[in-house]
Amino acid sequence: MQTYIIRRILATIPVMLIVALFVFTLLRIAPGDPAAVIAGDYAQPQDIERIRHQLGLDQPIATQLVIWLGRIAHGDLGVSIFSNLPVSKLIRQRMEPTLALSLTTMIFAVVLAVPMGVLAAWKAGTWIDRLVMVFAVLGFSFPVFWLGFLLIYGFSVQLAWLPVQGYKSISDGLIPFLRHITLPTLTLGLVYMALIARITRASVLEVLSEDYIRTAHSKGLNPRNVLWGHALKNAAVPVVTIIGVGVALLIGGVVVTESVFAIPGLGRLTVDAILHRDYPVIQGIILIFSAAYVLVNLVVDLLYTVLDPRIRY
Amino acid sequence: MLTAEPDAIALPAQPRALLGHMRNIVRRHPTMLVGGALLVAMVLMAILAPYLFTYDPRVLNPIHRLRPPEAGHWFGTDMFGRDVYSRTIYGARISLVVGFSVSILATSFGMVIGLMSGYNRVLDAIIMRIMDGLMSIPAILLAIALMALMSASVKNVIIAITIPEIPRVVRLVRALVLSLREQPFVEAASAMGAGFLRTMFRHIMPNTLAPLIVQGTYIMASAVIIEAYLSFLGAGTPPDVPSWGNIMAEGRTYVQIGFWIILFPGICLALTVLGINLLGDGLRDTLDPRIARRM
Repeated sequence: MQTYIIRRILATIPVMLIVALFVFTLLRIAPGDPAAVIAGDYAQPQDIERIRHQLGLDQPIATQLVIWLGRIAHGDLGVSIFSNLPVSKLIRQRMEPTLALSLTTMIFAVVLAVPMGVLAAWKAGTWIDRLVMVFAVLGFSFPVFWLGFLLIYGFSVQLAWLPVQGYKSISDGLIPFLRHITLPTLTLGLVYMALIARITRASVLEVLSEDYIRTAHSKGLNPRNVLWGHALKNAAVPVVTIIGVGVALLIGGVVVTESVFAIPGLGRLTVDAILHRDYPVIQGIILIFSAAYVLVNLVVDLLYTVLDPRIRY
Repeated sequence: MLTAEPDAIALPAQPRALLGHMRNIVRRHPTMLVGGALLVAMVLMAILAPYLFTYDPRVLNPIHRLRPPEAGHWFGTDMFGRDVYSRTIYGARISLVVGFSVSILATSFGMVIGLMSGYNRVLDAIIMRIMDGLMSIPAILLAIALMALMSASVKNVIIAITIPEIPRVVRLVRALVLSLREQPFVEAASAMGAGFLRTMFRHIMPNTLAPLIVQGTYIMASAVIIEAYLSFLGAGTPPDVPSWGNIMAEGRTYVQIGFWIILFPGICLALTVLGINLLGDGLRDTLDPRIARRM
């Protein structure tokens, strides 16, 4: 058990190394000389040479890679070309709204979608099941930002119930925070909900066809007890897996949603970085998001052993 | 469901039997029919765009800007007075070209890499580590990063969306090859003296096609959506080419006074993606009854 946990944690290292290698290559193959880009339009040749030396660009490529990896290990992600601030500082500044939105979305989606999926499987073939399935297919079909604008138009412009855009930190009070985060959460949550509801339904449906469920029924257990006591726990593994895998979807969605609702988070930082071709920032963001994704899936993998004692490594 | 299985693997017999087979499929999976019809409608719309009462999608008409939907302009006009209906119809071309291209490219490259990976242990170790790394970068971010390196063009958008989709295909093909290799018919082929290439391409590859087609439809659906995201974030198709993502990106600042600019391209996009997804679900149920029972 312990060796499994250690092995699983160690397995994330090569994955993150590949990601880092990719991100490193990204800046190398970016058009133009990075030193010239950082120095700006009015730089003298000696300025460019100085920056080249500072960045270690005059070293052989393998040495550069090692130095760069060493810097990352120390939390140094380089300096933004556009704002001249350290990338790690920029990311820290923008972290909070993104984390807040991701967490509210995850809670909202899981709390609603799991019961939806269970209900659909329990009432398989009925109109409740059909309704959930229609929702699950539709949820995948809308672009996140389109839904966001639809909600803004309905709830903010027409009904004027909620603010159109912006973000209030939870330290500004719970009510303003919730008022601002509601529409983004709904927007972002729908795809995630569709995904989770679909997998939950499939998973519960499969468990319900197992022999031990029939045994439970035939020994006269109350159907409710069969569902709660026997079926749900066994259906949990695929659901938890998809919650983890879906984080990739969530991250992509966060970038777009923040852009729609003018939330000053990592998503906005990403969009600004693209517009300015600010490669160090793009690098840093990819590293951070990928690390988050790998970490979530690590936790999910470790959860398996808790959820399903049959899984032994 | 059990009785359906011999059907699914039946060889194409007489045309009449085939027709009956098709009718059977349609009756059993009405959603697939709806999905296919939606997709065909969108493709026709894209091809026939000039004949569908459209204007030139790029023609500016500042006097008529931001008009709500009316007789001459069914979907209204945008901030430059361009006809949103015409732009939406023409926009279908870009979205569908991107969708089809990404789907075909990603499944082809993925299949080749997956076959290699499934058959050679050393290659497998290297390829799968790279794929694991690529897969841990969220698809949209990877596409954004690639677009940041390239100039905005439809070709580059296709490349940028294809690369993040490849690892998923590789994984699927690799898993299929690994299980197919152990099947008696592959062993029989080898025993009868079939060489490596023959075993690979005559016996193993054809058996990966059905799941690949299903995967291909899902890739197409996600490509259409990611194209819209990229354009929306300013990292997609160039502004002079109307694509659904582009039109919505331009309309975003006018949400409060010109909601129709975003509304209609979004509906078209959603219908297209819905159609592809329904088609994919139907194909999955038909081509692979084993998975169908689980989903």
